[in-house]
Amino acid sequence: MQPLTNRVKVLEQKPLNFMERLYLPNIAKGMAITFGHMFKKRPTINYPEEKRPFSPVFRGLHILNRDEEGRENCTACGLCAVACPAEAITMEAAERKKEEEHLYREEKYAARYEINMLRCIFCGLCEEACPKDAIYLTETFAPANFTRESFIYGKPDLLIPNPKTKPEEFLAAQGKLQEHKVNMKAAKNDQ
Amino acid sequence: MMIAVDIALFLEKFGLIVVVILAALGIALYTTFAERKVAGIIQDRRGPNRAGPFGLLQPLADGVKMIMKEEIIPLTSNKWLFILGPNLAMITAMMTSAVIPWGNKLELFGRTIDLQIADINIGVLYIFGVVSMGVYGIMIGGWASNNKFSLIAAVRGASQIISYELAMGLSLIALLMITGSLSTKTIVEQQMANGVWNVVLQPLGFLIFLICAFAETNRTPFDLPEAENELNFGYHQEYSSMKLGFYLFAEYINMIMSSALMATLFFGGYDIPFVNEVTLSEKWGTNIVTVLGTLMLLTKIVAFLFLFMWVRWTIPRFRYDQLMDLGWKKLIPLALINMLVTGAVILWLNK
Repeated sequence: MQPLTNRVKVLEQKPLNFMERLYLPNIAKGMAITFGHMFKKRPTINYPEEKRPFSPVFRGLHILNRDEEGRENCTACGLCAVACPAEAITMEAAERKKEEEHLYREEKYAARYEINMLRCIFCGLCEEACPKDAIYLTETFAPANFTRESFIYGKPDLLIPNPKTKPEEFLAAQGKLQEHKVNMKAAKNDQ
Repeated sequence: MMIAVDIALFLEKFGLIVVVILAALGIALYTTFAERKVAGIIQDRRGPNRAGPFGLLQPLADGVKMIMKEEIIPLTSNKWLFILGPNLAMITAMMTSAVIPWGNKLELFGRTIDLQIADINIGVLYIFGVVSMGVYGIMIGGWASNNKFSLIAAVRGASQIISYELAMGLSLIALLMITGSLSTKTIVEQQMANGVWNVVLQPLGFLIFLICAFAETNRTPFDLPEAENELNFGYHQEYSSMKLGFYLFAEYINMIMSSALMATLFFGGYDIPFVNEVTLSEKWGTNIVTVLGTLMLLTKIVAFLFLFMWVRWTIPRFRYDQLMDLGWKKLIPLALINMLVTGAVILWLNK
């Protein structure tokens, strides 16, 4: 048959020569290769103890931000929900009452804020759309679960810990705990 | 007086049997672990490292799992033979240990204890007899399962073991012509006295023996009886729980015993290389040198076990016709030639 391209390679099938038929030298060669692999660096990491570092632009689970006084930033404007290409975000707005000023930064807040983590595609458009600095994607991912309902994350799951009452957790959620500790140590050393 | 000596001898031998069997089981337990670790390391993985430090408790976890699993005896199987199979495999694997000299003499409580369960003058023949019995474990297990895959695997295993036994025996005949004795103890003592291990005198014989040992223990590249991708699981497919465990365990014990045998016959047994044991015993005392010798034998066994694993994770399985071709058309003629050449050389040296 006429070959269609000039890339055809004709394979020669020579009968095995004596050394190849002996087979043992080739076994020795193979064993040398496997022995060499014993000293190779292993790419595996021991997962729960060691974790692979995330890239700085990694987009994981969302977090609802608070200001330094512990008030929620979100005003339930709905821009994130509009920006969301997967339609994963639902929210309900409510008006802040007089005695709730320490809880919410502005007069309007999200009474209900839900993200369906099974719908979410972690594109980060909500983060970009937010005018109030209220939603961020973190460096964690949704843990496995048995029910679909459990993947609808409500406000208790999403809110960042209060910086007033739980400063350590707040910094940890921001990924700045280590940095903070180093700063504190440096400040102590300066004194 | 006579009876008292007999009881002491009985206790001594009984203790030795218990120690050897427990040691064999313990080493086999950790050989399964070592196998997985070596496989991991050769394949650039880490191997088991979750249970205990470095995964050292893994064999215990495996054992507990094996025991806790449900025991299933298939309805259509031959129950009695089905239970007999794994037992026979295990017993024959253990029986080889009787004639292997695990060390020189120990002096304890004013008695000289030989670290060998039975120094019989037909030691090597005994080993052959017991090893051929090993076929029954596979054959009965595969037959009693009443499963076609198991049966094919059993027939394969039986024919493979029988074929390779021939070459194994012929390769040993050349060795026995040199030593002139069938007692394993004598063979070791000769090697110690000469200072030259039999592997130097019989390199081809050792090679044939090694290949046959791989075939006899059903290890890769000759693991056709349990070829997973052809026969699902081989002769122990219908087995579950500890009966399966016995089959798997018997394979490892067979490995240990054939390693011990190769170390004894070809690598000087408990001989410490480049050292004169007699002068050393005068300097340090017999017991220390004996213990060192036993440790040396263990080191040799471990080295052979590593070789078994190393080969397993390197070489793919033979095709069945290639296996038979190698056994009957290559190894047997080679062993015969080796035998003839050895005989001729011995005659020529003796004039």
